Amino acid sequence: MNLSRGARALLRLWLVLGLAVIYVPLLIVLVNSFNAGRTFAWPPEGFTLDWWARAWGNQGARAALWTSVQAALGATAVALLLGTMTAFAVHRYKFFGQRPLSLAVVLPIALPGIVTGIALNTAFRTTLEPLGIGFGLMTVIIGHATFCIVVVYNNVIARLRRVSRSLEEASMDLGADTFQTFRHVTFPAIRSALLAGALLAFALSFDEIIVTTFTAGAGVQTLPIWIYTNLARPNQAPIVNVVAVFVIVLSVIPIWLAQRLSSDGASPTAHTR
Amino acid sequence: MRRNRTLLAVAAASVLLLTAACGSSSSGSKGGTSASGFKVPDIPMQKEIGPGEGQVNLVAWAGYVEDGSTDPKLDWVTEFEKETGCQVNVKVAGSSDEMVSLMRTGQYDGVSASGDATLRLIAAGDVAPVNTSLIPNYVDVFDGLKNKPWNTVNGKTYGVPHGRGANLLMWRSDVVKPAPDSWSVVWDANSPYKGKVTAYDSPIYIADAALYLMHTKPELGIKNPYALDDKQFQAAIDLLKQQKTVVGEYWSDYLKAVQAFKSGSTVVGTAWQVLANMAQKEGAPVQTTLPKEGSTGWSDTWMISSKAKHPNCMYKWMNHIISPKVNAQVAEWFGEAPANKKSCALTSDKNHCNTFHAEDEQYFSKVWFWTTPVKDCLDGRGPKCKDYAAWTQAWTQIKG
Amino acid sequence: MAETLAPVAPGGGSRSPGRSLSAFLHQRPRLRLSLLLSAPVAWLVVAYLGSLVALFLSAFWTVDTFTGALIREWNLENFRTLVTDSVYRTITLRTLGVAALVTVIDALIAFPMAFAMAKLVSPRARRFLVVAVLMPLWSSYLVKAYAWRVMLGEGGFVDSVFGTTPGYGLTAAVIVLAYLWLPYMILPIYAGLERLPDSLLEASSDLGARAGRTFRKVIFPMTMPAVIAGSIFTFSLSLGDYIAVQIVGGKTQLIGNVVYSNIGAANNLPFAAAFALVPVLIMVGYLMAVRRTGALDEL
Repeated sequence: MNLSRGARALLRLWLVLGLAVIYVPLLIVLVNSFNAGRTFAWPPEGFTLDWWARAWGNQGARAALWTSVQAALGATAVALLLGTMTAFAVHRYKFFGQRPLSLAVVLPIALPGIVTGIALNTAFRTTLEPLGIGFGLMTVIIGHATFCIVVVYNNVIARLRRVSRSLEEASMDLGADTFQTFRHVTFPAIRSALLAGALLAFALSFDEIIVTTFTAGAGVQTLPIWIYTNLARPNQAPIVNVVAVFVIVLSVIPIWLAQRLSSDGASPTAHTR
Repeated sequence: MRRNRTLLAVAAASVLLLTAACGSSSSGSKGGTSASGFKVPDIPMQKEIGPGEGQVNLVAWAGYVEDGSTDPKLDWVTEFEKETGCQVNVKVAGSSDEMVSLMRTGQYDGVSASGDATLRLIAAGDVAPVNTSLIPNYVDVFDGLKNKPWNTVNGKTYGVPHGRGANLLMWRSDVVKPAPDSWSVVWDANSPYKGKVTAYDSPIYIADAALYLMHTKPELGIKNPYALDDKQFQAAIDLLKQQKTVVGEYWSDYLKAVQAFKSGSTVVGTAWQVLANMAQKEGAPVQTTLPKEGSTGWSDTWMISSKAKHPNCMYKWMNHIISPKVNAQVAEWFGEAPANKKSCALTSDKNHCNTFHAEDEQYFSKVWFWTTPVKDCLDGRGPKCKDYAAWTQAWTQIKG
Repeated sequence: MAETLAPVAPGGGSRSPGRSLSAFLHQRPRLRLSLLLSAPVAWLVVAYLGSLVALFLSAFWTVDTFTGALIREWNLENFRTLVTDSVYRTITLRTLGVAALVTVIDALIAFPMAFAMAKLVSPRARRFLVVAVLMPLWSSYLVKAYAWRVMLGEGGFVDSVFGTTPGYGLTAAVIVLAYLWLPYMILPIYAGLERLPDSLLEASSDLGARAGRTFRKVIFPMTMPAVIAGSIFTFSLSLGDYIAVQIVGGKTQLIGNVVYSNIGAANNLPFAAAFALVPVLIMVGYLMAVRRTGALDEL
């Protein structure tokens, strides 16, 4: 494309500025995690490592982090399974209700979280509680999985559209059964799409707060809920900053790994939300 | 989470039966007999405490039952577990509604209930009367918290007071001069602090307007800020709508309020003593007062389930949580006046009880503790008052 | 369906159970389809849509304000309040305005960024930039909102850099929401642009089109679905938000705040459900309108 030098420079500048806007608040969070003031005073009032030390020994934060990881893993697993099944069904077959189904997959993420939250909350209360099943981690996983299915679905179906069916047919012709074909041909072809979907599903679940508020049992504290509770106490607010920085730093690992593992060169963020 | 509990703590329920019971909210009235018509299920009171059952399941507000997981220094559970052999399992509830529904499951032995939830639990028979003679520390509880309409019905005590606090007027002393002694500073439409006034973000804040009108417009005949008929209610709403033009923001959590006062985005408004302490610790020049009109406030009570599976451990817990040292710790961490008189000598900040006026009954006599507004007026005028649902809808209208 | 013939079983006799199951399934495409569909349909249609329908049925009920119990009698009281009470109309319009503004701002910021990422930098830098855009998704939404509160406060970062601050209010709410959802706009647009073959753009310029014309005639039409996909996120996330608005919105209340306070404080689920129906109708309408563009595949 014959973009002028100036236009290119301008676009690059825009990109840099945009990234700056994205990262300035995150830097403020980082700075505040060393800020001696307890209420994120600006400019910072002094340097302290106290919050980092206290956050390190904070049992509640660790427990919440672990709960969040469990919830996100659970939701991701369900989303992978259901998203892949739906993608295969929609891509390989023609059936009645196909279009409504593909809309139903999208709906949980397209509707505001508070709607999904209160709908599931009411449903759980009227159907699960009479069975003696209370709100807990399981209900959080159900809630998160519901809106995570779509990201796996979209990644997988996009990949399926690109992968030639002839490979699978060749496999079958050579005598492999359905399961062998899936294991040796289909799965490798969609692996990076699954990875991209899983990563995004995990991230979505990990930072979700609104649906969680309405689906978590009173004893279940995911990290965002822990953060919300602790932000309401100024004594704890700086520790929240530390935990937030810690999570951001930690998040580089899965993102980077996913980038490396996507061997076919496709970005794991293709078809992301 | 204080934010939620206060927002939600006031949800309406079967309290309407109580009519005049809550009317004399805090004016030092003794003998909390309720009005006739408030039927309380006859639930036997425990006569003695046997050996602990090995565990106890509690429903509590965040910050009331700390086992060191929030901060290793905050731990009054481990010691209790060692002493009594009662393992403590706590569910932190976010609202009074949640507390009530959790208690209804019968899976919990006790709860730290707020003023309105207590009456719902009592009326539904979810909680049992408490035999205070089995709780040695009860004698040390401030008289101003005993036998109150929200913890005592028909002469029977249903719980152990935990603590209390008032909603105060707070201001930046470097900006707001002279120091105000009246709520008028936050209600004045021509306030010089326009855009820097703050108010509490909850329908229950309508009571603060009513309280102010009690003094400035006696012709409205408001006797209790939680019992407002159509005309009185409308007057309160008009006042709040007028106030909105000078309000910068409504606050709902600790951090938001302290940070706004500290940065100077807010210079005057309603707040809690604990916020003032935090802001001062951060170097913000703020002061508080209980204005001449009095104020609104809150008070909580530990109660035992009528279906408690571990009643002995629960009794031991109720005694533990109001024991002088522990009550002092909770009160300091949470930022409230302790319930135990002896706690005042044991707080790490020796001035804590003075700051929170724990021993000042005269002070708390000016505080109207939060009570759920119900249709059947709390001041005994009959069924012509606005209930809490109407308050909530009005709050949306006021914020616009 | 391509495979209608059963596979030839190699070696005849000795079939493993997996193999016979495979053959069994292979001969019955309808059964395979039903197996594939059973779980997703049970989850999404029965459980999720079922919950939604149940919720909106409750919008026709009312609450006994004395006991807090639901009165399951059909009436339109909640909807009447919504329509007649001007405050709810104001809030709905305000929320729509905020959501639309946030979406436009995000699209305007995100498109050039995504374009630079997809077409102007080396593949190595591209990989790094994608990580850079993804990372904020992992940092807590709440922490970011509070960071903005500090930045927008009097004497805060914004004040000290620009000499003024919008303070807390509607403007702050729009800024913060636009900030929070920006990555959700960048990523789909970037993915859309990345799929756009460079050869196509070259062909356009070889045929004499200037950059502006290439953009209007080639790039924009082809990436429109991606932009719409991004807008679905920014729009719906803004429509339902109540926490960020509470943190920086000052006196502002949006639909989410009213819904939340009606469930929590007032225990009035029917009214909350009735009001929640408003963003749902808006979103469903939007989805129906854009589904032909193929935007839903880009989410």
